[in-house]
Amino acid sequence: MMNTRKFLILAAISLGLVTSCSDDDDTPGEVLEEELITDITVTLTAEGADAVLLTVNDPDGADGPDAPVITTSGSFKANTVYTGSFEILNKSEEEPENVTEEIEELAAEHQFFFVAKDVAITTAYTDTECDYTTEACDAATAKPVGLAFSLTTAEAGTGTLRVALRHEPNKDAEGVAAGDITNAGGGEDIDVTFNVTVE
Amino acid sequence: MKRGTLCIWLLLVIQVSYAQDCLKTLSGSVIDFHDGLPLEGATISYNNITIQTDAEGKYSIPNLCEIAYAFTIAHENCNSQVVTINVQEITHKDFYLEHHLSELGEVKIASIQEQLRSSYEGALDKNDIERYSAASLGDALKEITGVSSINTGSTIVKPVVQGLYGSRITIVNNGVRMQDMEWGEEHAPNIDINTAGSVTLVEGASALQYGGDAIGGVILMKPTKVPLKDTLFGKLHTSFSTLGRGNATTAELSKGYKSGSFFKVQGMIKKFGDVEAPDYVLSNTGIEGKGASISFGKNKFEYGWDVFYSYFENEIGILSAAHLGNTNNLIEAINSREPRIIRDFTYAIDNPRQDVNHHLGRVNYFKRFEKLGKLNIQYDFQKNSRKEFDIRRGEELSKKPSVDLELTTHTLSTDFKFDSKPNYTVNVGFMGRYQENFASGENGVRRLIPDYEKIDAAGFLIATVDIADGLTYDGGVRYDFNYIDALKFYRKSTWEDRGYNIDFAEFEVRDAEGSQLLTNPVYEFHNFSTTHRVQYEFNNYRLAANYALAKRAPNPAELFSDGLHHSAARIENGDLRIGQETSHKMQLSLQKNGTFWRWKVAPYVNFVQDYILIEPTSVRLSIRGSFPVWDYRAADSRFIGLDMNTSFHWSDQWRTDHSFSIVKGKEIDTDTPLINIPPPSLRNKVSYTKEKLNLSLESEYNFRQNEYPDNIMVFSSAEQKEVPLDINTPPDAYHLLHFSSDYSLDTGTKSTLKIGVDIHNILNTTYRNYLNRLRFFADDLGRNITVRLSINY
Repeated sequence: MMNTRKFLILAAISLGLVTSCSDDDDTPGEVLEEELITDITVTLTAEGADAVLLTVNDPDGADGPDAPVITTSGSFKANTVYTGSFEILNKSEEEPENVTEEIEELAAEHQFFFVAKDVAITTAYTDTECDYTTEACDAATAKPVGLAFSLTTAEAGTGTLRVALRHEPNKDAEGVAAGDITNAGGGEDIDVTFNVTVE
Repeated sequence: MKRGTLCIWLLLVIQVSYAQDCLKTLSGSVIDFHDGLPLEGATISYNNITIQTDAEGKYSIPNLCEIAYAFTIAHENCNSQVVTINVQEITHKDFYLEHHLSELGEVKIASIQEQLRSSYEGALDKNDIERYSAASLGDALKEITGVSSINTGSTIVKPVVQGLYGSRITIVNNGVRMQDMEWGEEHAPNIDINTAGSVTLVEGASALQYGGDAIGGVILMKPTKVPLKDTLFGKLHTSFSTLGRGNATTAELSKGYKSGSFFKVQGMIKKFGDVEAPDYVLSNTGIEGKGASISFGKNKFEYGWDVFYSYFENEIGILSAAHLGNTNNLIEAINSREPRIIRDFTYAIDNPRQDVNHHLGRVNYFKRFEKLGKLNIQYDFQKNSRKEFDIRRGEELSKKPSVDLELTTHTLSTDFKFDSKPNYTVNVGFMGRYQENFASGENGVRRLIPDYEKIDAAGFLIATVDIADGLTYDGGVRYDFNYIDALKFYRKSTWEDRGYNIDFAEFEVRDAEGSQLLTNPVYEFHNFSTTHRVQYEFNNYRLAANYALAKRAPNPAELFSDGLHHSAARIENGDLRIGQETSHKMQLSLQKNGTFWRWKVAPYVNFVQDYILIEPTSVRLSIRGSFPVWDYRAADSRFIGLDMNTSFHWSDQWRTDHSFSIVKGKEIDTDTPLINIPPPSLRNKVSYTKEKLNLSLESEYNFRQNEYPDNIMVFSSAEQKEVPLDINTPPDAYHLLHFSSDYSLDTGTKSTLKIGVDIHNILNTTYRNYLNRLRFFADDLGRNITVRLSINY
């Protein structure tokens, strides 16, 4: 019964392995989502008009049950050109993360789009990828990013303004560089719609 | 070698002593070692003379000389024995033969009688496995009537048995129950089909040996056994396919010894690039796989042991166009009918992709006890690791997996099979299992599945009884205990939104950073399952009735999922309140085996109390836009189905095969259809066989699934209004034609060469399959031509 003995030894070793493997039951650490965006502020300023702040606050992220709180601080003035800028943060961590900087670093992979509906608002990009890189860059052919933009109002009215950030869009597709989202493709990093009024 | 010399020596002795007085008689019986019964018709041969045992297993050999003889004792289905006896000293001898060689390792195709006895639903043989060598287990299993698959693209294929899949199907690989995160819809079994010699779908009581929760069925993969003789053989199989422009190669080498020792190694490697639909390349759908297995051991009459180890890994690209940002992308994809991303063909596999590997090891020992039965003891170890990579913000993040899980399992099991009585066998066994899931938190994505420890214990008893001529009963009971201890971080808002703070306050451990809460859910489940089956055989008919009660504890995904599943762009919510599923399944089957006409009809009903399903229920808004929410819930459901197949053997050369299967799954309370129920399918095949040539043409018709749950309404930010999301609407019916052929060449006395050509989807038909999760994004596969070459040596 040599073989039985051999087997029993093997079995004993195996059992030893079982017990020695199972003592690492230390508590796992919490994970803080790295790609989370909790707060967005779009600041629109114009000479001779009150600044308009478009803000979104979504502390529990994309999969949390709480819906984002979307607010528009005031009304736009008719026939005015506003200058637009972004502040995008991840406040879920103790030290809030500045996502705007991250987008600047990855400018070539990102583009903002602005879509107004039922209201006389037009937008235009005022930046290019060259603004965010130290490397040689041809501003004439560089693509827009949209972290800086201008917003022009015409006659009074009420409608919505959709602000979207696409990740890895096809910036060469027709109309995309001019701000048309239709052919942009890519994945959505931000897609928020604000109620806006032009007075 | 030693034995050969001995034989020659004996022959010489016999020759020399032939002139002596030869008046001795040797008598005795030939007895089955296994159950002590006499063996009729056993042969005893020596010196070119052969004698047979009578009905009582007795023999008598007269006119022997007073010398030593080498007798060869043989019996059908037994391994022959050579025994040297000095007739001068011995005149009475009983020989013991082992009559259950299928278990001992003789390569032998089970006789028809044996097959009729068993509760096989369907089986794949070596030829089927060879044909699917480059594909996956899930693809091959579809050859069995009633089996379909749920796919993610063409490389992730999960078997669906009579409408059920995932944790409801148990896959047993070489005696080891696979623990490879089968809870995920996009998780294919981590198995190389080439390690199997046969694949069987088992229902009936024998399935209880492997688990009580296999509501759908048990799939048994068994390796080819190495015969008990001095032999060395192997095979090399390689195939090239036009789709994916790739190759799969598998090689195997087996060494057997008469002493019962054996050794076997096997390896597999495959690499395919992007596959193609009729009109475009399906970008990022390549696959790279590797596998190896080794086994060695000793198989004797009375005892045996073996050691088996296998490794398997797959790197699988997921269709680029299937990566979604939010609901807008999904709406666009569904409406556009064309993938968003079409690039040139490449072998490169980019994100999104899956990187999975699986280690499996086992040590097995058995011992037979004369006139009693067989004891089996097994320890097995498995380690399954899964990494899923998504397109994330920036290159650095994309290098980190979004899902990073490691599942380690240890199982100790033992069973005793009392099989010495001719009219019944009883199998009693116990199992203990420890499992640990580790979810890495290094990757900046909240864990979809938490860390947990799981302990399972089970006991079972299965009996098979021959009641009367042609009438058999098999039945069994099993008890399973599951204990699961998880550590999970919930978002506080989620915890409260779902009311867990009221119902499960005892699970709360402490607050954590990022408005999270550490919880410690602990569950215990007691599951009782039983199966009863009666079978009656008369003339060429077989009638069987089967009732099975099965209970399945919810899997970790059903309990704990919570969050955005990036690769699917959907929020998946488990439910801590989900309890066990209880299934009552009744199946009848009537089959006829004739020389010209064979058929089988098998209707079934399966009532599942608290059937756990996941389906789209609502949409959640966030900064990233809106996402469909898929919730797990339990609902009493019923499955009613019918599997039919028939074959006509028109002549020695021509035969046709026809099969049809249909299943209807509905929620009982609301009478609404369940999601992901396979549509009816009809298959017809014409085959021609002449000597070493096989040709077949197969038609596959898949009906449209007309019963599906309602679509949901979602807010489209692109259109600034609520729009219907066509997420449940099934695609149209489709018809495909396939061709298969092979030809065998003899290249020598021992080796054979087989060449095969297969064409899948001959007409290059454009279609989409309801059970392909990527059907929203792209068409299914176009024409695929595969050339196969196999050498047996």
